[in-house]
Order: sequence, then structure tokens, then C-alpha cells
Amino acid sequence: MNKITIENLSLKYSDGTESLRDINLEIPDQQISVIFGPAGGGKSSLLRTLNRLNDLADVVEREGTIKIDDQDIYQPGYDVIQLRRIVGMVFARPVVLPMSIRENLTYGLEVAGIRDPNLLENVLETSLKKAALWEEVKDRLEDPGVALSGGQQQRLCLARVLALEPEVILLDEPTSGLDPISTGKVEESLQELKKEYTIILVPHSVQQAARTADQAAFLLQGELIEVASGEVMFTNPQQQRTQDYIQGRFG
Amino acid sequence: MKKKSSARQQKQRLGFGLLTLMAILTVIPIVAVVVYIFVLGAPAVNLEFITGFPRDGMRAGGILPAIVGTFYLTLGTAIFSVPLGIGAAIYLSEYAPDNRATQLIRIAIINLAGIPSVVYGLFGLGLFVLFLDFGTSILAGSLTLSIMTLPVIISTAEEALRAVPQAFRTVSISVGATKWQTIRKIVLPQALPGILTGVILGLERAAGETAPILFTVAAFFLPRLPNSPLDATMALPYHLYVISTQVPGMPIKIQYGTALVLLVFVLSMNLIATTIRSRARARRQW
Repeated sequence: MNKITIENLSLKYSDGTESLRDINLEIPDQQISVIFGPAGGGKSSLLRTLNRLNDLADVVEREGTIKIDDQDIYQPGYDVIQLRRIVGMVFARPVVLPMSIRENLTYGLEVAGIRDPNLLENVLETSLKKAALWEEVKDRLEDPGVALSGGQQQRLCLARVLALEPEVILLDEPTSGLDPISTGKVEESLQELKKEYTIILVPHSVQQAARTADQAAFLLQGELIEVASGEVMFTNPQQQRTQDYIQGRFG
Repeated sequence: MKKKSSARQQKQRLGFGLLTLMAILTVIPIVAVVVYIFVLGAPAVNLEFITGFPRDGMRAGGILPAIVGTFYLTLGTAIFSVPLGIGAAIYLSEYAPDNRATQLIRIAIINLAGIPSVVYGLFGLGLFVLFLDFGTSILAGSLTLSIMTLPVIISTAEEALRAVPQAFRTVSISVGATKWQTIRKIVLPQALPGILTGVILGLERAAGETAPILFTVAAFFLPRLPNSPLDATMALPYHLYVISTQVPGMPIKIQYGTALVLLVFVLSMNLIATTIRSRARARRQW
């Protein structure tokens, strides 16, 4: 089942840089889709079109359509706030909001108008458990979020997204600042999470892409070069450029 | 080889010494002013001086009307300039598009800060006292002082808002908050200490100014407390000017006593601002 369908997507910023060119991509449900490629290739831009975070940037031209569950998310009158609850995002550097661990978790729900303390308490616990952080923080929920270590902060950010009960989770190099053990924990949680969510990951290395990908898409300078299952992509890529990149000949 | 390095070290020491000296020199005037005013003014300050009315052509008694007047003026200035200033700062920092109109607003604010205070006084006389017919009143004086204070509040508040990391805004939006929720729940609380500091520094200037209140509110001699915003009132800076230049046979300790009270009023506001800032810095999580 395809969750997201991207058709003929092109993107230009107001300073004239072309970020994406004619992207066609289908994102399957309950899998980890990896978008990889060298820096500056448009991976982050592509992710940020999916929750319309690019609305905040200086995008001048966007062509093509993006459909989530057959709904065009750029159609006039589309509820962007609701979209961002369905499509959660974890950023490269963990950004903990300047409040307690608990408040970080419930912030998204509170701005959506949910105040029921029992419900909030419930969500708090389940989302922290899913992000494999519960055991470490259950006795210190009132501590400021920044008191956590880097790896814990990133899992807190993941839990914050999960608390909204999203359908799609975007991860933009979520482990780039983490040590191998924390990275392992995050990757492990992703394997668990893909049973329930559509996951799109921009990995911080080719190795991570190969470890995690169910589907992989190679993005080079704004163009989608090749899409294949993870197995095929990292053992037997069809395109020369893909092969060169995976084998480390450039990038 | 060794000789050369010691020459360089001497130069280093000379430069360091020179800079230290400059830093110390800047401290001297403020310490001198405070000590001088304190020594000459302290003998005049007692309970009657602070809580009593002027007597004997202001040559004796207290300065209560002037203290109360300055307090009301500061309060009135706050009522007008704080919401307006913070609102403008939020607009400029969070909403304003980068275009001609915004540039024009910024230029206007910068120039507002550069206008001599006596010009504000004259403007206040024309607009508030005469044209709007508020008369010489606390209302007219507060409005005049507000215009003068606005640029200080706007620019410090905008700076405080901009200092809040952009990433907080992005994250807040990404979990489904609206722009206004993001401002209200994240940006404003984080910027609040900085905004407050700016507000207090702006009001402190307003409290000490003479020229803007000269034509708009200040009474030469009015030995009663104002009982409406449309009353004129005495005020500390103008009272100080009056008793220093306009009244023959004025005891010098009354002049310095008045100066001391004004100085304490303003410096204690400064102290509050500094305390807020340093406490917020210690607690800040970014």
C-alpha cells in the first residue's frame, strides 16, 4: 500500500537555486523508506515539502503534486496544522524546547487543545516507551529537557513526535550528532516503529542507509536517480552513478 | 631571540595596562556623581522631606508632590508605551516581511530615538495639550514621554525576540502549533526577561527627563497631590530645575536632597533591570 505519492515535484528557492527537479516517488506504508545521496542534493527540501515546513522558507516555485492517502496536501484550503500532526518530523540536531521533559512531550497535544490530564499522562508514557526512553526518565519528568544527554534528547524529540500519534514520521539525519550506541538505539526503535508508521529517513551515511532501508531512493543534485528495495539498491544498483556513490567513488 | 620575545611581552603588558586604565576611568564619573550627590543630599533626606509638602516657597518642608508626580508619570508612560512597544517589536521580529514598508518603519523608529527631548516637549504641547485639549496634565505628559520611550522599548524588545533560537520556532510549527501559539508559548516567555530589561531602561529615562514634561505637565509649584490624569503635577526633574535656578535663597541641601531622591528612584529601577537580566541568564536553557 502506498501512503504517499509524489508526482512531478519541482522546487525552486527565491534566490534562484533549483532544489528538486521532477521527482516521482511512491512511499509505501509500514516500511522504512530511505532517501540518500550527497549533501546539497535536496533531501531535506524533499522531506520538508511533505509536512509543508517549506512554507516557512523562501520557496518561490513548486510544481507537481504530493498526495497522502490520495489527498493533495497542497490543494487550496488544506488544513496544514492537521497535516503536521499526521506527518511528524525529527531534525538532525535534537531541539528540546525550553521546558520540562513532560511539557516537551505534551506540547503538541496542548496546542491542539487537548487538556485531559489522564489522556496526556497516557500518551506521555506510551510515546516515551516507544522511543525507548521511559525507563531512563520516568522518575525525572519535571526536569528540564536540556538536562538529558544528546542521545536521550534525540529520543525525546522522537517521543514528542509519537505523542501526536502521527501516521508518517520524517527523520532528517536524526543520528548525525550521536555516538554509535545511541545511534543503534534509534535504529532499533525505527525497526519497531515501522510496524505502525510510514517512516522516511534521510540517513547520515550510506552504511546507515544500507542497514535500515526497506526502500531506498538515491537523490543527486535535485534529481531522483534510482529507486529500489534496500536489498537491490545496496547490492546490485542499476545506475552507474548510484554504484559509484555507494562504493564511495564520490560524495 | 629571547630579547625580542621579552620586548613583545612588554608591549603586551603596556597594552593590557592601558585598557585596564580606560576601563577604570569610565567608572570614575558615575562613582563621583553618586558620592557627591549622596554626601551633599543625604542631610536633607528625612521622613518629612519624603512625605511632606513644600513650605516657605519650597525652601523647607518636603517634596512629596514631586515624588508622587514622577511616579504617576512613569506609570502613565508604561501604560501607553509598553503594550504599543512590545506589540510593534513582535510585529517587526516575527511577522514583518523584508520589504520597503518594513524598512520605512525601522528608519522611523531609529529617527524617533534621535530626536532631542525638548522637541518632544514642544510636539506634546502642540498635539496633546492644545490640539487634543488635554491641558497641562499627567495624560499629556505621559503620552509625550511614551513617544520618547517607544524606540528604546521597541529596539530592545525586538533584539530579545530575535535572540530566541529559530529552531524553537521550527520545532513548534512542526508539531502543529500555529504561528501565534508559537509566539505566545515559546518565543515571548523566552524573550520576556530581555523585554522587561528594555522596558525598565526606557521608563527610567522617561522618569528622569525634564524637557518633555516642561510644557506638557509639570507645575512650578502645586503643593497638593494630583487626583485625576487631567491634573497637572509637580515632578522631580522639573522641581530640581526650578529650585536650582528659579528660587532665590534656596538651601543647597534641599537641591541635593531632591537630586538624591531622583537618583535613587532611577538607580533602583536600574538595579531591578540588572537583577532580572542576570537571573534570567543563569536560568536560560539555550
